Amino acid sequence: MSRKIGRIVAASLATLAVAATAGCVAGGGSGDGAGSSSTIELWTHAGGNEAELGVITTIVEDFNASQDEYTVEVTDFPQDAYNDAVVAAATAGDLPCIVDIDGPNVANWAWAGYIQPLGLPEETYDGQLPGTLGVIDDEVYAYGFFDVALAMFSRESTLNDAGVRIPTVDDPWTGDEFDEALAKIDGLGRYDQAVDFGTGGGGEWIPYAYSPLLQSFGGDLIDRSTFETADGALNGPEALEWAQWFRGLVDSGYMAQTSGEDATADFVNGTSGILYTGNWADATVRDAFDDAVVLPPPNFGDGPKIGAGSWQWGLTTGCDEVDGARAYLEFAHDTKYFVEYGEATGLIPATLDAAEEIPAFAEGGDSRIYLELANQFAVVRPETAAYPFISSVFQKATQDILSGGDPQAILDKAVSDIDRDIEQNGGYTF
Amino acid sequence: MTTRTTAPPRQAAASDGTGQHRPSRTLKGERTAAAWMISPALVLFILFLIIPIVLAFGLAFTNTRLISPRPGEFVGLDNFAYLFTDPVFWASVRNTFAFALVVVPVQAGSALLLALLVNAKVRGTNFFRTVYFLPVVTSMVVVSLLWRFMYEKDGLINQFLGRVTGGAYDPIDWLNDPVWALPAIMFMSIWQGVAFHMVIWLAGLQTIPAELYEASEIDGANKLQQFRYVTWPGLRQTATLILVTITIASFSLFTQIAVMTQGGPLDSTTTVVYQAVRTGYQQLQTGLASAISLVFFAMVLVISGIQRYLTRERS
Amino acid sequence: MTATEALVLPDVDTPDRATRSRPPARRRVGITVVRGALAVFFALPIVFMLISSLKPDLQIFADLGSWRALAPVGDVSLDNYTGVFDRVPFWQFLLNSVVISCATVVLGVLINSMAAFALSRLRWRGRGFVLTVILATLIVPFETLALPLLWWVNKLPALEADGFSLAFTQGWLNTYHVQIVPFIANAFSVYLFYQFFSSIPRELDEAARVDGAGWFTIYSRIVMPLSGPAIATVSILTFLPAWNSYLWPLMVIQSEELRPVMVGLQYFFQLNVSWGQVMAYSSLITVPVVALFIAFQRSFINSIASSGVKG
Repeated sequence: MSRKIGRIVAASLATLAVAATAGCVAGGGSGDGAGSSSTIELWTHAGGNEAELGVITTIVEDFNASQDEYTVEVTDFPQDAYNDAVVAAATAGDLPCIVDIDGPNVANWAWAGYIQPLGLPEETYDGQLPGTLGVIDDEVYAYGFFDVALAMFSRESTLNDAGVRIPTVDDPWTGDEFDEALAKIDGLGRYDQAVDFGTGGGGEWIPYAYSPLLQSFGGDLIDRSTFETADGALNGPEALEWAQWFRGLVDSGYMAQTSGEDATADFVNGTSGILYTGNWADATVRDAFDDAVVLPPPNFGDGPKIGAGSWQWGLTTGCDEVDGARAYLEFAHDTKYFVEYGEATGLIPATLDAAEEIPAFAEGGDSRIYLELANQFAVVRPETAAYPFISSVFQKATQDILSGGDPQAILDKAVSDIDRDIEQNGGYTF
Repeated sequence: MTTRTTAPPRQAAASDGTGQHRPSRTLKGERTAAAWMISPALVLFILFLIIPIVLAFGLAFTNTRLISPRPGEFVGLDNFAYLFTDPVFWASVRNTFAFALVVVPVQAGSALLLALLVNAKVRGTNFFRTVYFLPVVTSMVVVSLLWRFMYEKDGLINQFLGRVTGGAYDPIDWLNDPVWALPAIMFMSIWQGVAFHMVIWLAGLQTIPAELYEASEIDGANKLQQFRYVTWPGLRQTATLILVTITIASFSLFTQIAVMTQGGPLDSTTTVVYQAVRTGYQQLQTGLASAISLVFFAMVLVISGIQRYLTRERS
Repeated sequence: MTATEALVLPDVDTPDRATRSRPPARRRVGITVVRGALAVFFALPIVFMLISSLKPDLQIFADLGSWRALAPVGDVSLDNYTGVFDRVPFWQFLLNSVVISCATVVLGVLINSMAAFALSRLRWRGRGFVLTVILATLIVPFETLALPLLWWVNKLPALEADGFSLAFTQGWLNTYHVQIVPFIANAFSVYLFYQFFSSIPRELDEAARVDGAGWFTIYSRIVMPLSGPAIATVSILTFLPAWNSYLWPLMVIQSEELRPVMVGLQYFFQLNVSWGQVMAYSSLITVPVVALFIAFQRSFINSIASSGVKG
């Protein structure tokens, strides 16, 4: 009786099916026409960041003008949206030739087959800060133009009034000294919090900022000898000590369990005595205080540690124009562009040659300390394809610890989650 | 659910039966018209809802990863077995239900009170209606950011409470207190959504014939009796609609959590949808995330079945 | 006491109720006071946003914990707005969101109401089954389906005009329609229309049938004109998510020319977050929606009263 309905619905579906098949055939058949100049697509996370995007545009324009075989085309995304866009594009098989990658994701993307070794001559990377190279199994998958460093900011007046020694890169605070300093600054009664670790931050900030503290205590996110388990590293006595110390800062009132939306603004507005953040805050702090001082992070036993590995450039696996993309990446790896990056963004130039050409980072410059910190204390986040998962687990674990949960139980659960994930992925072997 | 599942076909069969007495041309015309009218929606549903659901269903029994060189493998019920032993998942289920249990009645009730208040014949109705509606038209992401500022320990809300109580109030660190975080999010969610349901109630109120009020006034009913015997019965259908809308919104609770608490402190605000997204996008476990989604579908099917049963038209 | 009475007294702007007396003066004042207090409650966070959008980042935080957060004091300027316009192609984003949201609303109202009409008014086999399936999918949060959907839309064919010839291409990524078509059919909209149509007396159809009207005429000339509130509700419920969509465009749109407003918000979250610009941008994207509501609210709420349809 309802044959008519059936027919209409069937017809609509059939049309779609035919269209779909036709589409597949058409899609499969259409190849890139060999034009006189082939286009190389490049994606960057720098959307909305005028300084960085400006440098990228300059490099690309210079490259396009330097030869007529290839034309590089830039597409920019806002940073927070970038990773999702790349993963979506990869899922859809639609990646561009050149991508930039947040350092800790390099291993995962290489494992997944998104990116391939750059294949540039070894000597290209001479004098480059190790944290700015994405190296897996001795192959370079990505290089970056800059790095960032974690440091502590305070004011000379604050430290002097509290009667605290001002630490240096060569002679940083010990853990005990640091705790003592906090007690004395707290005793001034001047600040809501003696120290602001940026605990209001979320996402990748947490492993970037707090896993170095954990490492300074002697723990780690994973056992780096095998990259097969987190057992012992993330739940051993050192890790537990770190967790108890960190939560202890909340209990003693030296630090907010969750700090404000913008720790730098709060510090400048006089809410906190010491600010722990990246060197991107440098300009804001120095503008506000004449007596601003930059301090190395404390040494909790295993030496001061800071994170490393910022945005880096890689070459995708599906790229049709590998030679052109390589030509671009080699062209871009030029000291003058490192200098331009450093000057435009104020971040640490990734090569020592470039650093010498930027007054702030040259010997005796105001920002030289960041280069020293990056050079001496930087520890890259574990170069394993398991990293995105580890990061997610560590974020939750840290937040739970700061909220006052049982640290041993939290760390044990984190370890079992990580180990389960590694096992499920066959050890993330290539 | 069961009443719905079975009732309409029987109804359709019955009308088919009566159809024999009508000119068959009419009936045929009706069918043709129906086919043309339902097809576009049906095709779109199949393409963009049913097929993705089926895909998600399939993925739930595999260990597919979002980023991986290894193809997903069939793992049977492993994902579900893991979920049911995972305390975080259970916390999510508990929080989701707690949120819905509080928000659905409170939001529906306050929306009705607001509607009655705005409906009173006093100057400025349009103005107030618009002001109350402001949060609804503001993006939830933006709203969550704003409230994150206001809920800070020395933020506006605590300042206000301190002022009102003359300092007797001991500031609560709203979003960092496992006891208060979820209620704080409930409050803010109700604030954001209540005006929308106020407007639906208002639309419902307008459908009540004025003669009924006049008649009840003549019968000497007081205002409360009027509400009980005239207003409320006239709002039955609106009530169903509102309950369903709020239930949907409460069970899908995600944005507020993602922006304000990321499930913390100590899992006190994590929800099922938040866990599904976190597992799928952040932890890249597509298979496990699909399993969470599947459990979620089952859960809401049961709820909506119960709700439809409770609000069924009694005839 | 008076407040409760005021609350339970519905009072509507219909002509036939104009004869009813307004509440007495004392209660009118009471009602206005309550309304005013609530207005403050609902508007404050939005005021906070607008005010903050006029301040430099550091001052926003300095003012956060006091009345100053809600007052345009200190270093007030429109700098954040100029900053926003310098930083993102705001008008492009706005245009994209308008196109996407409006197309979704118009097509959604049309297609879902037709489906609901077929489900509630016409007799055909399979009706109950289709209705059940649609109702069963009522609560499916989009987040849980985004990944399979992404994979799937990338397999769909698209017809592309290339000069004068049409060609099929594979994949819907990076287009306008991938932001529109998947969201047209909506179970909840069908349900809303279905509910509403059921309340419109069938006698109207019968009469029109007798006059020789076809089903499409009944749908477009009788049922739809009576469905103002349902159309308004569905429009708003379709418009808001479309306007605020974030996750989906992120996954399917690569070129800046196609991005909607909510993705634009992310441009301001850099290593140093420009909170002032975040506030300015948020205000800018909220204003059009508020304007839209003000424009439509009268017809939204009052249309049913004037339509002559009584529950």
